[in-house]
Amino acid sequence: MASANAISQQGPVRFWDRLSIGTKRVIWAWAFLALPIIFYAGIRFYPTFQAFWLSLTNWDLLRPAQFIGFANYQKMFADPIFWKVFNNTFLYLIIGTPLSLVISFVIAYYLDRVKLMHGFIRALYFLPYLTTAAAMGWVWRWFYQPVPIGVINGFLSTFGIPQQPFLRSVDQALFSILIPAIWAGLGFQIIIFMAGLRAIPNTFYEAARIDGLGNWAILRKITIPLLKPTTVFLVVFSSIGFLRIFDQVYNMTSNDPGGPLNSTKPLVLMIYQTAFSSYQMGYAAAQTVVLFTILLIVSLLQLYVLREKK
Amino acid sequence: MRKAQLAGLAAGISFMAMGAAQAVEIEYWQYVFDSRVQAMDQLIAKFEAANPDITVKQTTFPYADYQTRVVAAKVAGQGPDVVQLFYGWTDQFVNGGLIKPLDPAVFPHAEIESDFFPIVSAMKRGDDYYGLPTAVRSLALFYNKAIFAEAGVEPPSNLEELLAAAEATTKRDGSGNITTAGITMDMAGQDHHWWREVLVRQNGGVPYDADGNVAYNDAAGAAALKFYTDLQTEKKVGLVGFMDEGQAAFRAGMAAMTIDGTFRLGAFAGNPFEWGVVELPADANGLRSNYSSYFANAIGATSEGEELVAAQKFLQYISSPEAMQIWLEVVGELPARRDVALTETNLADPIRGPFLKGLEYAHTTKFYDEAAQRQTSIDMVNRVLLEGQSIEDALKQAAEAEQAIIDQARQ
Repeated sequence: MASANAISQQGPVRFWDRLSIGTKRVIWAWAFLALPIIFYAGIRFYPTFQAFWLSLTNWDLLRPAQFIGFANYQKMFADPIFWKVFNNTFLYLIIGTPLSLVISFVIAYYLDRVKLMHGFIRALYFLPYLTTAAAMGWVWRWFYQPVPIGVINGFLSTFGIPQQPFLRSVDQALFSILIPAIWAGLGFQIIIFMAGLRAIPNTFYEAARIDGLGNWAILRKITIPLLKPTTVFLVVFSSIGFLRIFDQVYNMTSNDPGGPLNSTKPLVLMIYQTAFSSYQMGYAAAQTVVLFTILLIVSLLQLYVLREKK
Repeated sequence: MRKAQLAGLAAGISFMAMGAAQAVEIEYWQYVFDSRVQAMDQLIAKFEAANPDITVKQTTFPYADYQTRVVAAKVAGQGPDVVQLFYGWTDQFVNGGLIKPLDPAVFPHAEIESDFFPIVSAMKRGDDYYGLPTAVRSLALFYNKAIFAEAGVEPPSNLEELLAAAEATTKRDGSGNITTAGITMDMAGQDHHWWREVLVRQNGGVPYDADGNVAYNDAAGAAALKFYTDLQTEKKVGLVGFMDEGQAAFRAGMAAMTIDGTFRLGAFAGNPFEWGVVELPADANGLRSNYSSYFANAIGATSEGEELVAAQKFLQYISSPEAMQIWLEVVGELPARRDVALTETNLADPIRGPFLKGLEYAHTTKFYDEAAQRQTSIDMVNRVLLEGQSIEDALKQAAEAEQAIIDQARQ
């Protein structure tokens, strides 16, 4: 009895001892990796697949979900508001991402050369990134007001320029929201770009100078190509950010969220309203699936376009 | 001797245990609004003093999350025992099984119908009442006395005088920009009620027919919409979005008039200027209308057994005349019982009087999805003001959109 126990206790120990150090390392690595994988599967993947299923039902939180096929998708694709929102989402993306990248690159490029108060200036650029989007949204919302309280319109009217409606215009509102959104993200992008610039070995620049290349040529032939990994990261990161824009829009238009007349409404806000104001969870899930698909395609496309050419 | 002591001790312990078993805790839910929470704290303290075996736990949520929380709690099977809800949510709450009908033995229908204002009927589905209000709200016209005195005008009693007063009190800068608005324009605030239940009726129409379908897409609706948008386009006495929100403009002393509800009294109490209240203006024939609404308290569907009994007691107390008087003093909302509301003191009160008079001819819109229906009114006005759509087309599109919401909700 006692000996049998001893053997069964020794069994696994012996098995473990028989493994090579390399195998043990792999097992340990997987043991540690299993934790985040299980967590991810439970917290991320399971709800994602659940959302695909929900998008085929008419769940409204209260009554049990019923399978209704593709009715949600039919309704969505026939809804002019959905297409308006779809269009807005892409406007945020195709204006926001390039503009913010160009501005942040230019700032990083020149800031890299500034020695005087370098840290202070960098901190100033980074500050908006630390600010709560809600607080910033409200401050900008008041900036955009008509006179007598709107700072920007007050400034315009002292120069005799007519007042602009900004957030109260179907044409200007989206851009009015985009400006603070770009400004808020600049700090982060500048820091990443500067890290990328610093990582380029100085010897490359020295060699180029010896060969007699001018600043523009150095920028074009050396700096920009070598910054590619940084750029790829920032393009993907900022695209996803603009595709998921919500805080700024919601806080700057909270009286009429996404308004006026849906001119600023992004997909995420539409999902939010469908789910938590109208409680049409199935319909909201269908919209989420569309957003997921867009994010997936955009990310894959960018990785493909900006891939390393070997 | 020892045994007797022990027996006594045992009896004492079991008695204490019984006492503990009898102490019921019930949960009361409402949304966060400072004065409402304070008033409820006072009511709970008084109720607990009278019912030492019941404790009431008040839980509050931000207004924007409130419905979601109630729904989520029901899904999780942990709903409140007594819950506050807007009368316009009743359909959703009843269909979703969030609240249960009031037991007629505890809340006799005859008593409800004789004691409360008739608008309480909006809580009735079939033969059952699903909740009782503590307070009701109505609309009135707030005016800034200083601006009125400066312009030398009197508070308006009809729409014509309203336009004249607005014109006299509007201030503009050299470029014609409004610096002080004659009247605030805020469809996202209370103006959509003013338009729907007051202006449409004053122009000879009705907002909804007897079956609850949209009925404002006619000449009356068009005239009402034109009157409203003309305030900005023709008369230039107001501007949608001026000072961000209508109530903010009035509070800052930058608007001479605003239409708002009783619930705003608390917020306006701290205004650094004198203001007054008059009934919503009548039309040329003296026809007046008003919109009345209320938050009711209902019993949660998950409340059972002794908690249900405690919840019923609590609901009885918070719908009692005493509770209504406290609510009136702390929150400023009008008592839902006729005899508590229509006292001589209240009717003679320069602030409460106009609101109480409004209750007598008020209508209560039967909303299916209040936020979405309000959005159709906001968009209707925006299409006229921002996109230059014609009044008739804007009205038609709004009517269709709102009818679609109603149809969807009835499915």
